[in-house]
Amino acid sequence: MVESTVHATHAVVTLDVALPGIIWGWMITLNMWAKSIGTGVILVGAFLLYRHKKDEMPNLRWTMPLISFIFLNIFLLFTLTDLHQPYRMVNIFLHPHWTSAITVGAWMASLFTALVTVLMVIGYFDAHPNVRKNCALANAARANSSLYEKLFPFVVFLAIPVTLYTAIIMAESSARELWQAPAEVMQMMWAALLAGSAALILVSGKWSAEARKDLALVLAIATFFSFLMYMGEYFFSFKSSEAEATLAYVHAGGAYNTEFWFGMVLGFIVPFFIAVGNMKSDNKTLLRFAAILALVGLYMAKDVWLKIPQMLPLS
Amino acid sequence: MKLGFLVDLNLCMGCKGCEVACKVENEVPLSSWRLRVKYIDIGTFPDAKREFTPLRCNHCENAPCERICPVSALHYLENGIVNVDSSRCIGCAGCMMACPYGAIYMDPETNTADKCTYCAHRIESGMMPACVVICPVQANIFGDLDDDTSHISQYIMAHQGAVQVRKPEKHTNPKHFYVGGGTQTLDPLAQQRIEGYSLFNNITHLDHIGDPNHGVIDRFLAPFESHEKLDNKSFVDFDNHESEGGH
Ligand code: SF4
Ligand code: SF4
Repeated sequence: MVESTVHATHAVVTLDVALPGIIWGWMITLNMWAKSIGTGVILVGAFLLYRHKKDEMPNLRWTMPLISFIFLNIFLLFTLTDLHQPYRMVNIFLHPHWTSAITVGAWMASLFTALVTVLMVIGYFDAHPNVRKNCALANAARANSSLYEKLFPFVVFLAIPVTLYTAIIMAESSARELWQAPAEVMQMMWAALLAGSAALILVSGKWSAEARKDLALVLAIATFFSFLMYMGEYFFSFKSSEAEATLAYVHAGGAYNTEFWFGMVLGFIVPFFIAVGNMKSDNKTLLRFAAILALVGLYMAKDVWLKIPQMLPLS
Repeated sequence: MKLGFLVDLNLCMGCKGCEVACKVENEVPLSSWRLRVKYIDIGTFPDAKREFTPLRCNHCENAPCERICPVSALHYLENGIVNVDSSRCIGCAGCMMACPYGAIYMDPETNTADKCTYCAHRIESGMMPACVVICPVQANIFGDLDDDTSHISQYIMAHQGAVQVRKPEKHTNPKHFYVGGGTQTLDPLAQQRIEGYSLFNNITHLDHIGDPNHGVIDRFLAPFESHEKLDNKSFVDFDNHESEGGH
């Protein structure tokens, strides 16, 4: 009988309205995941350009902004489609409210996407001199080739706040205590490095083994620290009753326990060992496999972390 | 001027008059609530009692919903009310992530965020909020917290030590107080929600946020489509009546 299972000091809700449940769902997961790739390839690409000669990574100059452009557009598309009034997105630019990380982020991400677009156009037409020889845009891009190198440092610099502002949105989401952790900032950064290195691994077939080794190194470090961060949260995050109640969804028996551990194992543990192994002996296929696993696992981990705090009743 | 609310839970008898008055006054659509009265059973039979807790927006002095709103659709009025401009809202649901009290809903008719405004439109013309007027036991006390002679200020003075707010640790500085509350009534994590243990209905979660008839693509098409205006009837299935002479 239920009355004998209820502790005397416990209170039972016997009449209430229906609660909203998950409000930010898979579209926001996809949005964060895509942004990690969009900014991560720039950050990791900059690291490679700093460490290696350009001819060791012949297609990097145009594939890096192209991948970034594609995923930033996926990110922007799903930011828009998740709005209940998508056309009013323009209000963020017409009536900006600067205390909101959503506003600051939207402005920075738009500027970032515009700059990445310029890099992509210049990079692509430079790398393909025979394409659209009579096109004014292509010729203008080729004529202004040096603009790429001038813009690139700003783009790399901007990639950092564009990566991190989502953590500030999380911090401003005062109703979801799990997200109020300083670790969120680091998680966003590790996610970008993980996603950036994984995405570049997929296009690194013709690069020098040394460059690929660096990619494997970044992937190994990012998966290692991402995993540590999640474990830190998993075991030590008992800072409040709300965070504890939220973590019950990923602990043993919780509704998100399986997805969480799939994310941890597929996304972080397996790719880590493959990446470390790859630093000793270069195996392109295995490294690609690790990159794909890492991207899938990252999506799952982000999905769980987004949804579990929304399961709690707030009032 | 700083308008505030106080609910004396010792007086509240759970009649839901305020809930209904709010629905009518603000034309709040089905599946949405600006103000609700939650029933909480405490103890085990025969030593059991039922408590009632009216829940609405706290009009926080340090409101996280206002801070996160990217377009200032949520904004402060001079009298301390946290108001919503639904014509500006983009429906990002950031405020629903930020309000620690779950006070905001996505209106299924307008697809914009909405919440209790302390009946700002009534205040403007010198009236009391609808829930205050309807309460048969005067459990809802509303007034200016800056005025030492107001009923609410006097009530707070008279009940010093027994006045509480919800989740004070969130530093939102709520302007909505309770007298006669306790952890079991004011802290949602101190309460259990047991499946099938609810009076009158078993619906625990909404199956949509905002307009149930608008999928993602429809949200883009909505401005170009002229479909029937939605009202409360749109959400009720009336197809189960028998046709005339059908028996
Ligand atoms: S209770 Fe929620 S909706 Fe109301 S002012 Fe505070 S944060 Fe905003
Ligand atoms: S849903 Fe509307 S009111 Fe809420 S934060 Fe977004 S724009 Fe502001």
